[in-house]
Amino acid sequence: MSLRFVGRAFTYLGLAIAAYLSVFPFYWMMVGATNTSADIIKGKAGYGAALWDNFAKLFAQVDMAQVTLNSAEIAAIGTALTLLVSSMAGYGFEMFRTRISERVFAFLLLLLSIPFAAIMVPLFVTMSKLHIVNTFLAVIIPSVASIFIIFYFRQSSKAFPTELRDAARVDGLKEWQIFLYIYVPVMRSTYAAATIIVFMANWNNYLWPLIVLQTNEKKTITLVVASLGSAYVPDYGVVMVATTLATLPTLIIFFLLQRQFVEGLVGSVK
Amino acid sequence: MTPTSTRLARTLTGWSFMAPALTMIGLFLLYPILSSLYMSTQVGRGLNLSFGGLANVTRLTEDPVFLHALSNTGIFLVVQVPIMIVLALLLAAALNDSTLWGRGLFRTAVFLPCVTSLVAYAVLFKSMFASDGVINNALVWTHLVSAPIPWLTDTFWAKIVVILAVTWRWTGYNMIFYLAAMQNIDRSIYEAARIDGVPAWARFTRLTLPMLKPVILFTTVTSTIGTLQLFDEVNNLTQGGPADATLTLSLYIYNLTFKFMPSYGYAATVSYVIVVLVMLLSFAQFAVARERRPS
Repeated sequence: MSLRFVGRAFTYLGLAIAAYLSVFPFYWMMVGATNTSADIIKGKAGYGAALWDNFAKLFAQVDMAQVTLNSAEIAAIGTALTLLVSSMAGYGFEMFRTRISERVFAFLLLLLSIPFAAIMVPLFVTMSKLHIVNTFLAVIIPSVASIFIIFYFRQSSKAFPTELRDAARVDGLKEWQIFLYIYVPVMRSTYAAATIIVFMANWNNYLWPLIVLQTNEKKTITLVVASLGSAYVPDYGVVMVATTLATLPTLIIFFLLQRQFVEGLVGSVK
Repeated sequence: MTPTSTRLARTLTGWSFMAPALTMIGLFLLYPILSSLYMSTQVGRGLNLSFGGLANVTRLTEDPVFLHALSNTGIFLVVQVPIMIVLALLLAAALNDSTLWGRGLFRTAVFLPCVTSLVAYAVLFKSMFASDGVINNALVWTHLVSAPIPWLTDTFWAKIVVILAVTWRWTGYNMIFYLAAMQNIDRSIYEAARIDGVPAWARFTRLTLPMLKPVILFTTVTSTIGTLQLFDEVNNLTQGGPADATLTLSLYIYNLTFKFMPSYGYAATVSYVIVVLVMLLSFAQFAVARERRPS
């Protein structure tokens, strides 16, 4: 009995330490938003009185309304397009299997391992040839056909009851109508999970926007956090306010839709 | 319509569903990767390029900065990925116990780092690891160290900060995969083992781990790919410094292209090093997993 009790105690201790270490930086971020930069660097871990000061300084330095709008626009349009294009492809690969399409799919999985660093230079050259550098289109378009999301939808489509499709065909529905009016509503939980994943990826994207967005009025909130944080002498109070604002949307989505969030991550490997 | 023409029509409809995605993958993935391969044969600066054959590959072997970035990436890979996977497995095993009090709360807490952007947490860690920052204060106050550690200004400690930061961000993510896989394991196997007197630790190593092998392989491969591409964190924590101690291959490619006088051909060559490494390591991990399969 006592050995078991000791084991239990160690489990709780380990979990408590892991949970504390996981959550502390969030606490640090929110506390930091209320402190002056000098206090933050000195490691002050309690709440301060500089919140409004930090806010005022941030809004004086950066057009936060514009920046937030930019991020929202990129994330919203990027997510909608990615879901449309990639779910159509996932549906196509699963529902209209041919020998050739299966080979193409296997080839796509091979491409999944190509690191972004290996394509960013030619991609940038392509964007400048298309004269769309410094536009949201350039940020969004390369990730719209996401092999990962195509794969996710194909896997999830295996659970789609094909009798529904066959019945709709008998009823004379066209194939695109079957996709739009039957597949999409039936698969809404898959769409919900994919939305979260893609939205997060777009909202948090850093390297590619850093390369293609060059003027201040186009910058995203992630780029602003990075540039505030990399200043020669960062004003950490301001940085913490910006970081909190940048993290808040994803934090809210996580707490509201925790189940879909986790499903979206794990679902793709089932 | 005859059955043959219906089938042909269906096939064409199928391709029309895939066509937009395939076109875009062709334009924004396949074309760039082939273009990169071509560029890697080009030497010169800016847009003033000429064919150089394998000159860029020779340059790689003589470039101390590249070799530094390669060894840094290797160190991150060899040290960080195993630590993270073991931690994630232990956490998942602890949280898989349905009699555990506060299970949901612990799980949410450990998973929480996943919602932050890579940039946001890098900036947070930079402030926490400042020379007189909260981490040093806590360490000095608890007498774990006698003097503050120069986290971000020392070549050794800067690497440790990067490893700690990446581990913080991704352990919970990997844990979720293990937890999901553990919950799919038939409970009666454990009951049988318990009745046969197999101790808890042996149940974990002999039953759970072998059954988790596919998921462990998956997370190892994705973590390896992720580590080889490490950019956001190092660029925002240390900008590759001090003295290139945390420079990664991705950061070096970025610097070669957008920071220094652009050297597209050479940058493309370095990027192919990552492609080759990803392919070799993924292949090796699959091979190891296959070999260990009991016959």
